[in-house]
Amino acid sequence: MEPFIRVKDLLFRYEGEEELPPALDGTTLDIHEGSFVAILGRNGSGKSTLAKHFNGILLPQSGSVTVCGMDTKDESKLLEIRRTVGMVFQNPDNQIVASVVEDDVAFAPENLGIPSDEIRRRVDEALKLVDMYEYRRHSPHLLSGGQKQRVAIAGVIAMKPRCIVLDEPTAMLDPQGRREVIDTVTRLCRENGITVILITHHMSEATGTDRVFVMEGGKVVCEGEPQNIFAGVECLKKLGLTVPDTTELIYRLNASGFELGYGALTVSDCAKEIAFALKNKRL
Amino acid sequence: MLLKTSGFELSGEKELKMSTIRTEALTHIYSTSTPFESVAINNINIEIDQGEFVGLIGHTGSGKSTFVQHLNGLLAPTSGKVCFDGRDVNSSKAFRHDIRFKVGLVFQYPEYQLFEENVYKDIAFGPRNMKLSTVETDERVREAAGFVGVPESIFDKSPFELSGGQKRRVAIAGVIAMRPKILILDEPTAGLDPEGCAAILNNICRYREATGATIILVSHSMEDVARIAERLVVFDRGTIAMDGTPADVFSRAEELRRIGLDIPAVTDIALHLRELGVDVPECCYCVEQLHDAILKLKGGAAPC
Repeated sequence: MEPFIRVKDLLFRYEGEEELPPALDGTTLDIHEGSFVAILGRNGSGKSTLAKHFNGILLPQSGSVTVCGMDTKDESKLLEIRRTVGMVFQNPDNQIVASVVEDDVAFAPENLGIPSDEIRRRVDEALKLVDMYEYRRHSPHLLSGGQKQRVAIAGVIAMKPRCIVLDEPTAMLDPQGRREVIDTVTRLCRENGITVILITHHMSEATGTDRVFVMEGGKVVCEGEPQNIFAGVECLKKLGLTVPDTTELIYRLNASGFELGYGALTVSDCAKEIAFALKNKRL
Repeated sequence: MLLKTSGFELSGEKELKMSTIRTEALTHIYSTSTPFESVAINNINIEIDQGEFVGLIGHTGSGKSTFVQHLNGLLAPTSGKVCFDGRDVNSSKAFRHDIRFKVGLVFQYPEYQLFEENVYKDIAFGPRNMKLSTVETDERVREAAGFVGVPESIFDKSPFELSGGQKRRVAIAGVIAMRPKILILDEPTAGLDPEGCAAILNNICRYREATGATIILVSHSMEDVARIAERLVVFDRGTIAMDGTPADVFSRAEELRRIGLDIPAVTDIALHLRELGVDVPECCYCVEQLHDAILKLKGGAAPC
């Protein structure tokens, strides 16, 4: 099966950075439709530059990006690609344009020239999906960060994209806002089949994904299921990343003579794994 | 309760003047006598000693930011008072002006406040405002840059050419250059990658070690403050809900959850383990502690 998004040998260098190494230097990866993937990496590893290639905000200088078989370099397909892949950025305040929540969500479908009763339907549906329907007549500037970010997500959903790319959507949020956003995108993927690409510094947000890509120096240096990626504790640390505290604890216990599995990413699984090991020891 | 953590008391140096921040029934109400009136902080009584490292936690809207803006006179209390070294911060205009240099406040995303044409001038802005000589200003700029790891080779660059992490450091250096006795930072690591976070927190610790300054770190993240603060103050709906050591505060996990705060993942693992009949202490909050506790249960065997 043809992957939903295929990135091949992507090279990109920003203007005025000729003497620096390129931001993307041979990035290659496949993303399958309906999956929930995370892209991790330290600042400057190329994550955000890559994100902007998924819907043609940036175009490859060499190599290629194809979305549903459409090459982003093909200008005649660009509008279709942007309808297929929606973007959500870090700062919710920069993405909200209207003074009433539902107007903001209607902004993109209005631009697409969709009939007004269809817009009404889409806006209501999108706001319900992100659990912000009851705030539809509120003013966005009075909402919390997590709520604003969910409105921004609704604005993207109203375009009915098949894929949403989120570039550090939780970086400016408090823990509750962060949970709201992650729960929302998880639901959009699991229940509505939307492909979700999450770019983040927070390792704990990647635990519930299907596949994790780790970037360094403009390349994907490792990819796999979260539990396999996090098991490489030393490798991640070398790349300037941390692991979730659950993995860190298991890693240190193993260094002290335990033989615990790295599959336990959630707090309760981690506790069970340790409790089981301790009880076996006593028998 | 009060936690004495200052190195000064141990070394007993007499010439160092102790400064304390004390608030008495501090209350702030926004938009008083309008339909939008809201009580941001209500009857706050707290004392913070010179040299303490305090983590200030709370939900968005709990009053943390309103509170810290009173400590250097940016906001005036609706009622109650704030005292610095026993003197009311708002007692005179001159004193309030003075306090601005003694209590340094680093806002959230301070890099948005950079404005000078080069890094050097931006860091020098504070000391210049203090009317220090060019020589002393220069000394302060270099010292502050050193604390936060801003290399002198970038002094002539425009602050806008720097990376996000570097901008943040320059902004913090600008406050440190005033040599504040109390340094307050509002979410200094927000939006940085793990390496950037660790570097900034390290810089803050170095500043404190070298100068004996009081540090007040405002954060949403229990995990961050748990690692470095010695005293935690938890705000909830404009009042202080808890005040104690990290071990004290995190042993009240249920209460923290009720006011909408996270507990550190490690504390959560410890709670789950206790439920499963593993007898680890309930106040573990960092990986090392829980690791050691589990190892002990394993039979005290020496790690191989």
